[in-house]
Amino acid sequence: MSELNRQRLFYTVLAFLAFGSAGKGLLEAGVEGLMFSIFASLTLGGAAVCIWERSVVRSAFALMATFLGVAGFFLILGSDFLAMAQVLIYVGGVLALLLFGVMLTKPDLNERSLPRIGAATALIGGGIAFLVSQMVGVGVKTWAMAETLEEPTTKAHDIGIAFLDPKQYVVAFELAAFLLTVALVAAVYIARRRTEDFTPEEGQV
Amino acid sequence: MGIEAYLFVSVALFALGIICIVSRRNILYVLMGIEMILNASSINFAAFNRFNGGGIDGQMFVIFIIILAAAEAAVALAIVLNVFHLFHSVKPSEADLLRE
Repeated sequence: MSELNRQRLFYTVLAFLAFGSAGKGLLEAGVEGLMFSIFASLTLGGAAVCIWERSVVRSAFALMATFLGVAGFFLILGSDFLAMAQVLIYVGGVLALLLFGVMLTKPDLNERSLPRIGAATALIGGGIAFLVSQMVGVGVKTWAMAETLEEPTTKAHDIGIAFLDPKQYVVAFELAAFLLTVALVAAVYIARRRTEDFTPEEGQV
Repeated sequence: MGIEAYLFVSVALFALGIICIVSRRNILYVLMGIEMILNASSINFAAFNRFNGGGIDGQMFVIFIIILAAAEAAVALAIVLNVFHLFHSVKPSEADLLRE
């Protein structure tokens, strides 16, 4: 099968899966089900395209769909601050860093091997499907869950209060700030250009 | 929608992340797979936060996951640049020395 036909087949299957899941969600749970299946298609479809595509740039942009889908999940789970932070940090920060990585390195365009992807999918998918089938018998309800589900009331204000309240998360907050500072300074230190990388010119050591 | 639906999406994203890590030979794909796995765990925490009677603890976990992911991405990118500089390749299997 030629590369073009493979691409067509893959994206057709993906589109059928996405539309099928959207229709199923709409029939079974109304608008909420529709939103859920749209976000699930974005998340999982983006991840699948990321694994499938040969070019790293396409994979990185497919990963954007995954991040946006997860942000949508945060929205329908009532965590709107998380959705905002997800878009801001993942799509705006991590993805930009990945694209810098793509631009500053030279990828090998023939590195994708379909047999390897197929073997990995079969092994890992099979293993995880087995584990999930074992878990489904137990059921989530036995170890979680409030009986009734009230409307989510958390606001960004509550999160800010919890971060700075000495009885709650202030130590973790300071530790996270410290970690970010150290990590970013270390990243700059590791990525810097060393002086011996430059060819010495006249009058310079 | 019950919590099981969210957990299924999360486990599928986790599996895709691991497949991405083990099946591609490029360090950038390893980073992308790690991001997928972190996002899968974020979905889990947010879902448990929602279905466990409200509260804020699950959201706090997600915020710390996002912070860790940002720090990890910055350091990993710096390491990738250094590896490419030293070995002129982004294959994980070719970076087998600590120093040139």
